Amino acid sequence: MWNRRGFLKKSVLSSMATLLGAEIVFAKNLPPKTLPLAFQPAEDILPGKHPDLIILNNRPWNVEAPPHLLNDAVTPGDKMFIRNNGIPPEGVDINQWTLTIEGEAALSSKSYTLKELKEKFEHHTYQLSLECGGNGRAGFYPPASGNQWTEGAVSCGEWTGVRLKDVLMDAGIGENAVYIGYYGKDTHISGDASKNPISRGVPIEKALEDESLIAWSLNGEDIPIMNGYPLRLVFGGWPASCSGKWLEKIVIRDKVHDGEKMTGTSYRVPKYPVQPGTKVPEEDFEIIESMPVKSLITSPKSGAMLALGKNLEVKGHAWAGDLEVSKLQLSIDFGATWHEANLESPVNRLAWQHWNAELSFPKEGYYEIWAKATDSKGVSQPMVIPGWNPKGYLNNACHRIAVKITAS
Amino acid sequence: MKKGLSLFFAIGIWLFSQCKTVQNSTNQNVSDEKDPESGLMLDQNLMLVKSQCTACHSAKLITMNRFTRTGWKEKIVWMQKTQNLWDLGESEPAVLDYLEKYYSPEPQASRRKNLEDIEWYKLED
Repeated sequence: MWNRRGFLKKSVLSSMATLLGAEIVFAKNLPPKTLPLAFQPAEDILPGKHPDLIILNNRPWNVEAPPHLLNDAVTPGDKMFIRNNGIPPEGVDINQWTLTIEGEAALSSKSYTLKELKEKFEHHTYQLSLECGGNGRAGFYPPASGNQWTEGAVSCGEWTGVRLKDVLMDAGIGENAVYIGYYGKDTHISGDASKNPISRGVPIEKALEDESLIAWSLNGEDIPIMNGYPLRLVFGGWPASCSGKWLEKIVIRDKVHDGEKMTGTSYRVPKYPVQPGTKVPEEDFEIIESMPVKSLITSPKSGAMLALGKNLEVKGHAWAGDLEVSKLQLSIDFGATWHEANLESPVNRLAWQHWNAELSFPKEGYYEIWAKATDSKGVSQPMVIPGWNPKGYLNNACHRIAVKITAS
Repeated sequence: MKKGLSLFFAIGIWLFSQCKTVQNSTNQNVSDEKDPESGLMLDQNLMLVKSQCTACHSAKLITMNRFTRTGWKEKIVWMQKTQNLWDLGESEPAVLDYLEKYYSPEPQASRRKNLEDIEWYKLED
């Protein structure tokens, strides 16, 4: 795990210096983009993304944000995490792009160009929180295999598009409809064209919610390439893998969709709590739906040192899947006492909620700030790692940052 | 005087334990078995470890603890400083190899790790 800015500074600049036989003056002020292309590592080409994102994997791209980078109320595209299962399509021609609706529970098969989608259906804009089902996997022990996400595989962008239900109803939804599944234009990392990298979906009830979008815009701009340009699904509050990227086809199914990563143990957890390390039979797994309550401290960045007597303004966001967050509490004494933060209402359903608080510290020393959100059903984030599961999903343990109080 | 005496005892016990070890341990390369006498893990370096460590203190002081190599080295330094432990000389790396191999911290002893790799910075107003 490394961040690109640090890597560029340390490794590329030192090798440049070696090659040129001289130290590069003001090297630390040199923006990464000004580095000669020859010195850019080949795998470091990630257009439109912030240099401080943390790269977990580059084939396929899996990239997360350090928590302090998520301080914006609405997540900018360059700070949005990437969880790719395959290789994104190249050379997208938006004039040729079509979306097809079909399937055994569709009353007709219909295709729309992007232009037709935009002209035919009413536009809607929502801020929607999207979190990877495996966010926090790194916290589980015994370790679960997969990308070792820490905290930052979450975002809340402002998405614009048409309601999925408007498009599905235009094609016609059969009485036997149970689920929708998506297909995207990304390709399998093996290069095998017959394989889908991922094809997931949601129950028809979730598909028909007002906030379930077929989106072409993030924060008023084109969706970043890595996040699904030119078209994707967005289902706030559910594992982000439900929200298919590079969307070209939606199937209305008469059974639970059985596409790639819908079956087996993918995006599934045991139906009952299990002892860490247990081998769980496949038939005892169930599909993850709404994500659990969670929060992040996005300001200050962990590691802040401040003088005794100074108050500290702390900020962040909280979200709770399909539900709302009703309370956000902070502790500076490892959970012994809790202080309630100011918590804002969501801008719209399924948007994350902003919170802030001012904290004071009794004496010099090492502190951790812990944040704990509680959802509208009274369920809170655990302070320790929640129930272990074989694939390491749904770690919603409270976020912690380190703070040091020094002599005034 | 005191130091000389304890060293004398140490050597005596070392010789004794060395004999016992040779008698007890027929297969010293097996790494998942314990020495029945001390409870320490069997290893080709066990004899050496016993000679240097359990002459003065119980083997349990080793088996109930988990330290990194640095942590074990600190214990040795502390014993040298305060408990009359001698200079282990060329044996030290082998002793540390043994301690690190069998008595390192568990991958995760608690349900939540300590915060790690904190980059401290002065918070500006």
